[in-house]
Amino acid sequence: MIRFTNVSKSYPGGFDALKGVDFHLAPGEMAYLTGHSGAGKSTLLKLIALVERASEGQVVINGQNLARVGRRRIPHVRRAIGMIFQDHRLLNDRTVYDNVALPLVIAGHGPEEIGRRVRAALDKVGLLGKERLYPITLSGGEQQRVGIARAVVNRPPLLLADEPTGNLDPELSREIMQLFRDFNQVGVTVLIATHDLALIREMPQRVLRLDHGRLVGDGALAA
Amino acid sequence: MKRTPERRKQPRPATAENVRTRRRGPLAAVENHLLRHLQTLFYTLGQLARRPVSSLLTCAVIGIALALPAGLHLLLGNAQSVARGWDGTTQISLFLHQQVAESDGQALAAKLEREAAVAVASYISREAALAEFRELSGFGEALTALEENPLPAVVVVRPDARTVGGPESLESLRERLAALPEVEAAQLDMQWVKRLYALMDIGRRGIWFLGGVLGLAVLLVVGNTIRLAIQNRRDEIVITKLIGGTDAFIRRPFLYTGFWYGLIGGFIALALVAAGFWLLQAPVRQLAALYGGGFTLEGLDAVATLLLLGGGTALGLGGSWVAVGRHLREIEPR
Repeated sequence: MIRFTNVSKSYPGGFDALKGVDFHLAPGEMAYLTGHSGAGKSTLLKLIALVERASEGQVVINGQNLARVGRRRIPHVRRAIGMIFQDHRLLNDRTVYDNVALPLVIAGHGPEEIGRRVRAALDKVGLLGKERLYPITLSGGEQQRVGIARAVVNRPPLLLADEPTGNLDPELSREIMQLFRDFNQVGVTVLIATHDLALIREMPQRVLRLDHGRLVGDGALAA
Repeated sequence: MKRTPERRKQPRPATAENVRTRRRGPLAAVENHLLRHLQTLFYTLGQLARRPVSSLLTCAVIGIALALPAGLHLLLGNAQSVARGWDGTTQISLFLHQQVAESDGQALAAKLEREAAVAVASYISREAALAEFRELSGFGEALTALEENPLPAVVVVRPDARTVGGPESLESLRERLAALPEVEAAQLDMQWVKRLYALMDIGRRGIWFLGGVLGLAVLLVVGNTIRLAIQNRRDEIVITKLIGGTDAFIRRPFLYTGFWYGLIGGFIALALVAAGFWLLQAPVRQLAALYGGGFTLEGLDAVATLLLLGGGTALGLGGSWVAVGRHLREIEPR
């Protein structure tokens, strides 16, 4: 699903965010991406989402070499990736329903199908009763769940999460992680960037550890 | 046997291809597309209605900018129809050779009157001309001292305003009549007609120039308004791009907003022109009555109305297109 081959990313000014990163995440796999802040976690996610382009090496997502994806094709690649952000990135002037519906609207689905799928996604994250509310009236955990519903509503084969529990207390974090696990159980590939080691210990999965742009660990978390 | 996650039913993966083709048939796709456009159209109108004052201000600026050239165009059109009326009073005097007999002169007048370009042709004999001259000039005494009548016979031709209009066609008619064998000279006093038409030509060019400049102003006003709207919705644009919104999808609401600005501005311009027309109508009728004419102001016709609304809409769309093209690419997720 995700294959990095000797990928480097350097920014103008000589800063190397990633250096020779190699890994493969199989379809249906779930993994954590860890490392101190500035280790390159966000950069790696940005390369997958085509927010940035690799300076060297090859990134293949879903069988597609991202170096060959032109500007105009980027939106179509992104539609196959569900993205979840630490700051939720919800539209505060739209209702929960409209936020979750946005990917389906973009993809051009009909209104009945949108209604059905949005309600299914909100049901999955336990927010079915709140579809008419505005995100600003919800708690942090609820807002994050709206973000997750939006990421999965289009049934993408790949979920990327950037510090999804960054602002949440442990109890809420566990709930959110459980959600990711549920999606993984039905075959979705999940990659979660986090430095919440306690949570990783609680729900052990494969861990990719970055340090100063290099992949220094790949496997179960060393206790 | 333990159920492994891999054994469970896998959701249909949403690859780029089948996300686009998952709708039920091409007809449903077209239907959805049209529905989406219609929704965006009314959504953007709703957005404008949410900020009625600022929206109306923008529309009013556009309306005024469009009303100015439209109103001047209307005035010029009316001036032209007045001028056409005056063309009818233009005369061409054909001075006949001395040796042309009176009967031949009258036959010439009768022949000319049958031409399409001529409304009236009347023969004035040498004696009649002398009598008229004596009466009007005040040189009566001096004229009696002359042994011979110095005046030639004249055929006065009034061109038909329906077939002859404008200085060029009058001039060519004059040349044609001057070439007749009976005619010694043909005189058309049309300096004032030429001047009037030259003035109107200047006016027309001025209006085109003004219209062009004000059209540019409309483009800039709409462009700037849309640019601000784009900046205000920067976060929304970034988020939409991140979850796979195409440029066309993001562009659409801004284009429709420009469309509404232009269309509403066009209606405001129409209302302004109508108001000006209504204000001028009574005094113009009075003035026309003083001149003894039945002239009435003509309003904008259907074509001009459509042109004004269509032009406004096109400028609104164009302005937002330029702004969107320039600024949407700058906003990318980071």
